[in-house]
Amino acid sequence: MTYITKPQLHHPKLAENALGYTRRDYEGSVSTLCAGCGHDSISAAIIQACYELDLPPHRIAKLSGIGCSSKTPDYFLGNSHGFNTVHGRMPSVLTGANLANRDLIYLGVSGDGDSASIGLGQFAHSIRRGVNMLYIVENNGVYGLTKGQFSATSDKGSKSKKGVVNHDAGIDLVSLALQMGATFVARSFSGDKAQLVPLIKAALSHRGAAFIDCVSPCVQFNNHPGSTKSYDYVREHNEAVNRMDLIPHRDAITVDYAPGETVPVTQHDGSVLQLHKLAAHYDPSDRIGALAYLQSRQALGEIVTGLLFLDPEARDLHENLDTVSAPLNTLTERELTPGSAALARLNASLR
Amino acid sequence: MQRTSTEGPDYFHKVVDCQWACPAHTPVPEYIRLIAEGRYTDAYMVNWKSNVFPGILGRTCDRPCEPACRRGRVEDEPVAICRLKRVAADNKEDIADRLPVPVAVSNGKRIALVGAGPASLTVARDLAPLGYELTLFDGETKAGGMIRSQIPRFRLPEEVIDEEVGYITGLGMEVRLGERVGSLKALMDEGYDAVFVGSGAPRGRDLDLPGRQEAAANIHIGIDWLSNVSFEHVNSIGKRVIVLGGGNTAMDCCRTSRRLGGEDVKVIVRSGFEEMKASAWEKEDAIHEDIPILNFLVPKEFTHQDGKLTGVVFEKVRPEYDDKGRRKLVHAGEPDQHFECDDVLIAVGQENAFPWIERDIGIAFDEWGMPQINPLTFQSTAPSVFFGGDAAFGPKNIIWAVAHGHDAAISIDKHCNGEDVAVRPAPMTTLISQKMGIHEWSYDNDPANDGRYKVPQRDKADALKDVRLEVELGFAREMAYRETQRCLNCDVQTVFAEPACIECDACVDICPTDCITFTENGDEDDLRARLKAPATNVEQALYVSDVLPTGRVMVKDEDVCLHCGLCAERCPTGAWDMQKFLLEMTHAGGSCR
Repeated sequence: MTYITKPQLHHPKLAENALGYTRRDYEGSVSTLCAGCGHDSISAAIIQACYELDLPPHRIAKLSGIGCSSKTPDYFLGNSHGFNTVHGRMPSVLTGANLANRDLIYLGVSGDGDSASIGLGQFAHSIRRGVNMLYIVENNGVYGLTKGQFSATSDKGSKSKKGVVNHDAGIDLVSLALQMGATFVARSFSGDKAQLVPLIKAALSHRGAAFIDCVSPCVQFNNHPGSTKSYDYVREHNEAVNRMDLIPHRDAITVDYAPGETVPVTQHDGSVLQLHKLAAHYDPSDRIGALAYLQSRQALGEIVTGLLFLDPEARDLHENLDTVSAPLNTLTERELTPGSAALARLNASLR
Repeated sequence: MQRTSTEGPDYFHKVVDCQWACPAHTPVPEYIRLIAEGRYTDAYMVNWKSNVFPGILGRTCDRPCEPACRRGRVEDEPVAICRLKRVAADNKEDIADRLPVPVAVSNGKRIALVGAGPASLTVARDLAPLGYELTLFDGETKAGGMIRSQIPRFRLPEEVIDEEVGYITGLGMEVRLGERVGSLKALMDEGYDAVFVGSGAPRGRDLDLPGRQEAAANIHIGIDWLSNVSFEHVNSIGKRVIVLGGGNTAMDCCRTSRRLGGEDVKVIVRSGFEEMKASAWEKEDAIHEDIPILNFLVPKEFTHQDGKLTGVVFEKVRPEYDDKGRRKLVHAGEPDQHFECDDVLIAVGQENAFPWIERDIGIAFDEWGMPQINPLTFQSTAPSVFFGGDAAFGPKNIIWAVAHGHDAAISIDKHCNGEDVAVRPAPMTTLISQKMGIHEWSYDNDPANDGRYKVPQRDKADALKDVRLEVELGFAREMAYRETQRCLNCDVQTVFAEPACIECDACVDICPTDCITFTENGDEDDLRARLKAPATNVEQALYVSDVLPTGRVMVKDEDVCLHCGLCAERCPTGAWDMQKFLLEMTHAGGSCR
């Protein structure tokens, strides 16, 4: 564990974003995770993405469950709202918070234990309800806090640090999210920020349930030969189907790609995703095709990464419930108890 | 780029900006840590070994280390390195038992040292413990040279000079004071094995302007006048004083005048304020003592009445720059200005004077009357005559004189042993891991966020009463400790070992100053532009690794590294380590031969 706080002194040319904040302003306290943990890289990517999106830190709520991954919200966005909830229950608490205040930007941070074991049901339901959030799973395929047992996402046939073979089938959260109707689904790797940061930015800009499965090597217990979530294995088997730039709606699109190679996708908020195809026939607007492609590549031991599915016209929970546009927590007694005349009108309409 | 070679003394030395900038290459962070630990005597001895005059330099050094200090690049001001040196001197215990013991048996070689200033004293300090029979000559009645004659007592008390000069003369040598050497030929004829000339640049430049002769009684050459004040031949000056010149001597002249009766003291300079040669802090100190500095005024004439100076006429000029950026001062088109005064001090530079060196004894001089000296060995064209300090290459300062002295001493020692003076061993370096345990280092890796502390000064009204009363009070221990914590420990190097790196990015993520990037290799200009933070300071090296398994290289920009060790703390495999680089300059003695 690092005992000193990260020095306040920073690079003299550290740039400011549109809000006048530097990237350092989006940091949290120094990580207490093991040195080299992939989760720390994901934290750094979240910091970079929020900085680049000019998000006001006090308008972000970060929620997590229990586990190494769920500790990480302490290590980024030190000036945002945070809720470290019960094991596996982050999706429900996030759903509740989102219902109460739809104006905040919701970031759910979880791990493979928190989301694929104890919280699998919670995960599935928050996705199928279309809660407007970014749900990010820091997936290391191992129970690091309890010293290296297989988790529910460990691949069948992979080996533990002590050489034990995993005989249980691994849960693929990406496939599950696709089946549950997630409208933004991506997979990435903690060791590839060039891919991860734009994905986080796009997911944060997406309205609806956005899910990122981020493979994150556990340096301590799952970074050995025989693991399918080690730095070396992921680098060797990473098959990126596309690369992406997010162009905020206020910026003019200046990058010009050869036709057919780049697909621009406009999101709800007007931002444009520029998708550069890497796999020739992969179509991220085809949910069924995506599922089939993922299965076929997985059977070959490949890890498909990139933006796997996107529905830019997605609806979210509030739209489905037809709630008022003002956050519910701002409604006062006057709006909530409109008086006997309003009640009479309502009763009359039901007669 | 090629993989950075850190072998040899230079790469890591250059990272220690302060030590690299110091002419004597004093290991600055090393002694600052000792001060922080309260080991003042140890800190003093580190300095004494390297720069010979810690107490004197801790008050008067030109401090090339401070503009170089990395702290000044990550926040507003550098560490107060110079004044911390004084803390070591002020708080040390008796060092008598740490000094070299005077040698009982001579090695049979006799060396004459001309001038008892910092250069000669350094040569003496280095050679005396080796058994040389040294004879030190000086025209003044006390040793110290310009340290004693030109630096005013309110900046440097006499006791400090006596103490530190005494450490050297106490090593056993013949000190012949009040004996100005009038002929080098005669001196050489006395059969010395070598002669070292450390006679300084003793002649102050004059201004040959109309009225100079007529008003001579009230026009003084700055360094001569300062010397007369130091040796108490002069103890007053007129109420209105004009000091001509913009260097440190001018600053000493004006501040001394304020203490000897000058009430209306002005410094008037040809150049602009920024281009003045005086150090920024010396200008500050002068202004603090209510001395205005007037710029772009060129003296034209001394006015006088009845044989007495009445003032100086100046032409107002403005700077004009040609295509090559060279400055020319041109008439500003304003009427000349007359400033009244009672005395003028001329401090427009000083020069060498060697009337006592015969031109037919084998010492070649150049067209400007300077001896031809080998800049590495300090040997003149006469093999047994060596020069150093201001006498070698014109006026510089104490710390350069010390550096020259060390190098000349090596040459003299080799010369007297029949060896080639050009063959000189490299400095001794060590590189040692500071790892004590998991995330524990043997240095304090947490830099303080404090701004630079200001050295407390004596109340101005009191300070101006007495020319011998020291103005600066020095850091108290507590404040000194806090200032030491601003030091970034640049000598504790970030050392990268490629085979261990798994490219997990932990170091990139944690680095507070965005120094580290993993990227595709390229040429230097290309790489500098592509780093996480552009590396625009080309004076500072890029530390580039071999190609890593993903085909990328690690590039670290040394420019604003805080040496906080967080890269090494967050590294899971020990690919980064914090290793202390200690460089000890070669001094005369056994290992050199």
